[in-house]
Amino acid sequence: VNTFATMPPKSFEVKPKLDESGSSIGELLEISMGPHHPSTHGVFRMDVVLDGEKVVKLKPVCGYLHRNHEKIGENISYLASMPYTDRLDYFCSMTNNWAYALTIEKLAGLAVPERAEYIRVIMAELTRLQNHTSLIGFFVHDMGALGTPLMYAFREREKILDLFEEVSGARMMCNYMRFGGVRVDVNDDWIARTKQLVANYGGFLDEFETFLNQNEILLARTQGVSPLTKEQAINASLTGPLLRAAGVNYDVRKVDKYGIYSRFDFKVPLGEHGDLYDRYMMRVLEMRESIKILNQALRDIPAGLVMDPKAKLRGFRPKPGEVYGRVESPKGELGFYIISDGGPNPYRYRVRPPSFINITILEDMCLGHRVADVIVILGSVDIVLGEVDR
Amino acid sequence: LETLEQIKLRIESALPLTKLDILPNECPAGERSLVLDASRGLDVAKFLRDDAQLKLDYCSNVTGIDWPEAKIKTKVKKKVVVEGVEKEVEETIETLRSGHLEVVYHLYSMELKHGPIVLRMRTANRTDQTHLPSLTPVWRGAEFQEREIYDLYGVIFDGHPDLRRILMWDEFVGFPMRRDYVAPDDFEYEPTPHDEVLVEAKKHYPVEVKAEVKPEVKA
Repeated sequence: VNTFATMPPKSFEVKPKLDESGSSIGELLEISMGPHHPSTHGVFRMDVVLDGEKVVKLKPVCGYLHRNHEKIGENISYLASMPYTDRLDYFCSMTNNWAYALTIEKLAGLAVPERAEYIRVIMAELTRLQNHTSLIGFFVHDMGALGTPLMYAFREREKILDLFEEVSGARMMCNYMRFGGVRVDVNDDWIARTKQLVANYGGFLDEFETFLNQNEILLARTQGVSPLTKEQAINASLTGPLLRAAGVNYDVRKVDKYGIYSRFDFKVPLGEHGDLYDRYMMRVLEMRESIKILNQALRDIPAGLVMDPKAKLRGFRPKPGEVYGRVESPKGELGFYIISDGGPNPYRYRVRPPSFINITILEDMCLGHRVADVIVILGSVDIVLGEVDR
Repeated sequence: LETLEQIKLRIESALPLTKLDILPNECPAGERSLVLDASRGLDVAKFLRDDAQLKLDYCSNVTGIDWPEAKIKTKVKKKVVVEGVEKEVEETIETLRSGHLEVVYHLYSMELKHGPIVLRMRTANRTDQTHLPSLTPVWRGAEFQEREIYDLYGVIFDGHPDLRRILMWDEFVGFPMRRDYVAPDDFEYEPTPHDEVLVEAKKHYPVEVKAEVKPEVKA
């Protein structure tokens, strides 16, 4: 039965601009922003209706990179999904790995050795550093600061990716974590160099902040633009820096205390207005907190195994049941929902993609603003299309 | 947070005529879930969001599951008397599970920082009665996720503000996440100028050029 016969897709409604007496005083312009446009951060399209330069309607159109990741996950074994999770949010493969590993560990009741927990925290916070750094680069790039800040950001990001590559063999597609630990150990030399990088990172952030925080153009383009209230943000299931910029104190690292986050001393930065400037500052402040966590983790990391010797990776068949596990990825709450029927592959494999859900109220964020702001607003949401489209 | 039984009792006393079931979960760390009667879904959702003790203001994850018609085998231990001696025998019972689609909501409270409460709603079947109430009026965050379920599973959400396909293109027929979906084997077929296409194209050439066209020699 074709159910679509009963429910035709609604067309995109555009009403002509009328004055009080009902006569036409102009035309609304419907334009398609994207899909091939550098500001959309991938293959993403927005159907925008403009009244002059003002946005009166905006519908995000996604799915250009859709490959039905979830269906693939249902047809391959539990372990084989691990490298696929790298491709979701290809900026943050380490946190994707962790979210998936955490969920399977919750499902099968696996323990993770101490050293592996520390390595996971180090990797996740390094991921957060490089994601937020490059996001700020893209963000100011979207505002017209072409090239230079982005190159500064990428210079720093590349230093972190070099560390990832050394450990896992790949810059971005790390495929590093496993259920019950991590794939390979890190050596003392690596830890020493990571300490060095973290020690230098504060200086780089100082430099970045000096250039950007009081920058006249950045202030003009971001302050008061697209403010979100707490209620709006919560109701629309916003997560991550966007939610905290609106002043909601909700960080999965603090709420769930997954892994060993309860041992570290760090704060959750909160914004006041939820506007673009707050979202920018959220990223900067979160990086400062990440540096704090990294310093503690690199100082306290114990010696020992990095993999539970009892963990069985190949031919892994968890008992029937279902589980939802989540972590705080740099984009927001990344969750995995797995149903096991006792077989070698999951019965249901679901990814809760933060960047997909964060664009739910993209329209509300953009309404009433200029078309040039749409690009900056989308930049502040921080989407990665590998995750939006899955 | 209260236990699921307490929540169930409170919902049933606050909203008369509501039937709820608790679905067990064999996984030790996993959460049990509340199965709602679809007709009362919206009321229960509003209750869960607005109740002072629960305040489940954050709908984290919405997803669909396809359960096709299947024979479920369950093993039951039974006492049988064989030749005067009582013995325990394992017996396999086959039950028929009717096919249905299921939608799962994971709810948390951002204000009280607890959760998750897992809500489930089921359609009557997988073919013509696939309507469920949309919870987007209660939690805006469900909007795109419900569109995705509509797109990939074919659940029709009544009361959804903008129910269109979101990941697949509008003209697509079928629901790719269903268990029995078979992808067409010529999915990526693109006519390229070879073989039969070339022969077809010859019809359109002028007569004098037609004589010069030779079939491509494969290397």
